[in-house]
Amino acid sequence: MAFMLKDMVKKEWRLASGHRLCPGCPAPTLVKLALMATDYDVVVANATGCLEVSTTIYPYSAWKVPWIHNAFENAAATISGVEAAYKVLKRKGKIDRDIKFIAFGGDGGTYDIGIQALSGAIERGHDFLYILYDNEGYMNTGNQRSGATPTGANTTTAPIGKVSLGKLQVKKNITEIIAGHGKVYVAQASISHWQDFMNKVKRGIEYEGPAFINALSPCVRFWRVRTDQAMEVAKLGVETNYWPLYEVVDGVYKINYKPRKPKPLEEFLKIQGRFSHLFKREGGKALIEEFQNEVNRRWERLLKLEEATKQV
Amino acid sequence: MIAEKTLVAITGAMASAHAMRQINPDVVAAYPITPQTPIMMNFTQFAADGLVDTEVVTVESEHSAMSACVGAAAAGARVMTATAANGLALMHEIVYIAASTRLPIVMSIANRALSGPINIHCDHSDTMAERDSGWIQIFCENAQEVYESTILAMKWAEKENVLLPVMVNQDGFIISHAVENVELLPDDVVKEFVGEHIPHAPLLDVEHPVTYGPLDLYDYYFEHKRQQIEAMKEAEKVFPQIAAELSEITGNEYDFIESYKLDDAEYAIVTLGSSAGTVKYVVDEMRGEGKKVGLLKIRVFRPFPVKRIAEALDGKKAVAVLDRSASFGAEAPIYSEVKSALYTVKERPILQSYVYGLGGRDFTPEHARTAFERLIKGEFFEGEGYLGLRE
Ligand SMILES: Cc1ncc(C[n+]2csc(CCOP(=O)(O)OP(=O)(O)O)c2C)c(N)n1
Ligand code: SF4
Ligand SMILES: [Mg+2]
Repeated sequence: MAFMLKDMVKKEWRLASGHRLCPGCPAPTLVKLALMATDYDVVVANATGCLEVSTTIYPYSAWKVPWIHNAFENAAATISGVEAAYKVLKRKGKIDRDIKFIAFGGDGGTYDIGIQALSGAIERGHDFLYILYDNEGYMNTGNQRSGATPTGANTTTAPIGKVSLGKLQVKKNITEIIAGHGKVYVAQASISHWQDFMNKVKRGIEYEGPAFINALSPCVRFWRVRTDQAMEVAKLGVETNYWPLYEVVDGVYKINYKPRKPKPLEEFLKIQGRFSHLFKREGGKALIEEFQNEVNRRWERLLKLEEATKQV
Repeated sequence: MIAEKTLVAITGAMASAHAMRQINPDVVAAYPITPQTPIMMNFTQFAADGLVDTEVVTVESEHSAMSACVGAAAAGARVMTATAANGLALMHEIVYIAASTRLPIVMSIANRALSGPINIHCDHSDTMAERDSGWIQIFCENAQEVYESTILAMKWAEKENVLLPVMVNQDGFIISHAVENVELLPDDVVKEFVGEHIPHAPLLDVEHPVTYGPLDLYDYYFEHKRQQIEAMKEAEKVFPQIAAELSEITGNEYDFIESYKLDDAEYAIVTLGSSAGTVKYVVDEMRGEGKKVGLLKIRVFRPFPVKRIAEALDGKKAVAVLDRSASFGAEAPIYSEVKSALYTVKERPILQSYVYGLGGRDFTPEHARTAFERLIKGEFFEGEGYLGLRE
């Protein structure tokens, strides 16, 4: 069943407006859509980061659902504890309703400092959905590089300089790392394709066991795009195959969208200020080419994985 | 009424595990580290045998252990865990968060020296590094105390207006792995003593959504810390009542401190943990020789019982304070705090600081005797002394 705007406008937002995320930031939209994608009662855990600090400045909270922030690297471990408590209290008859568990974490809190806690929680098989909003850097602390920052981006800890073109390494592929855990629902999604995202949230929540969604969520501030461009740039990520929309369910791959004629990566890069030096400086062109090759390699690999895991 | 007890020969670790079994917590999240391992192995066996209803979360690290404990306790569960040394150090960040979130978690610690260099044996550097974390800290002299303190801790932690986590410390190997006679209470008596867990504003009460762990800046953080300070004062206030309730069923005494032949003593040793047993033995020996010596054992280190210690030591001629951990570049922790507790007494004793037993070095009766004899002979020196060290 598709999510329709005409039904959605009648639903209550479970994240109130009035939070202090930047104008044009897609992270709160992602949260609202996720919480709209299910009718279950939910408890949310949130890693330290933009979303957390901007929605709960004491004595205010934008969250209309039970919510817990513990620390930066442990949203997955925290929600494991909540879920364990739920299981036992339900067994003892102290709780009678069905409750679902969602953790939100940024790329820093997930690709980097929180990867161990997330890996452990998935391996243990807790029944929860982890939603990673990937804005490709430590934005809350001022655009430092993370394992999710793409090649060539200008960040404050891998800045461009006389002898550097920004981050020189490739982006970690966390979706594949999580898929490698085996018994897990994994999906890659983008804020630009909101129906696809909501469907994945629904499937992730209904999957028995751990689920993980990596959602592209452009930071309008540090990607250096206009505040009305988050959707556009995210869409270009998908249309260039930089950010394929796909699912891996218990090891079986399914690509949800295959652009008929993928756009060149340059189109994704050139509207973002964080890559502008690549178009002006020596070596920039070569770096873009290398980056394009990496995007092609990952896409080809994905096609093969889909083929190889096809169920007969 | 004193309950009928069963005498068993068990280790300190098993004493912890039995207390946990009888408390029957909702969630236990823990990670193995020597010498805590037998606590967890015994408890998970109880769980595997269906003797508890606990959801055991076998996390991938101690950081996640404490993180899951925080999540579970905030969700509304009764929560316990156990660790030691490096595991406690790895938890450190979340140890503070557990206390400031006012979550009544009980944690057994089999005290072990902190790395580096790596060592698996007893000292108190692990727990002393957490002394300002906002946890209640209890130290045990033997397996019996481990058992009873764990039960007491659960009730103390959950007391209204307290809602603070508690560490129950037992000396690694010395207590955790040594077999002693322990008297266990009947299961139903323990169950009744700790009572039903009534969580405060649990996450799982979805009809009343709460926000745990918001960003708390200069306009409120200070007031919240002040409340935490008050909670610790409250903990100090309610302890005697809870201790009395436990005494009623065990017949044993629990106080912040234990005075052993101290009232008429002129010379005293202050210590905590298993070394107290050794000192008692030496006190008896030396009393037999006509020497007026005694022991002050600290059972509760946080909240630090300043008044009780001051009263107990006021008027003594000289006192040696023993620490099983060092504070590099400063006085050892127990010494420093006892010294400051004595600032306002009428007749301040001469004080001597000793560090002993680091990394599991044996603490023997000769060491206690040396400390006493130096006090008696008036052999005092500047700075701290070391017992059992090759200089
Ligand atoms: C243990 C620890 N290390 C560092 C920090 C500082 N810190 C807070 S948020 C953050 C970056 C968050 O980045 P990300 O997870 O990508 O979320 P974003 O702010 O980009 O949404 C950092 C480095 C911290 N709070 N805790
Ligand atoms: S800095 Fe970026 S990610 Fe953070 S709130 Fe602003 S736009 Fe959103
Ligand atoms: Mg980020």
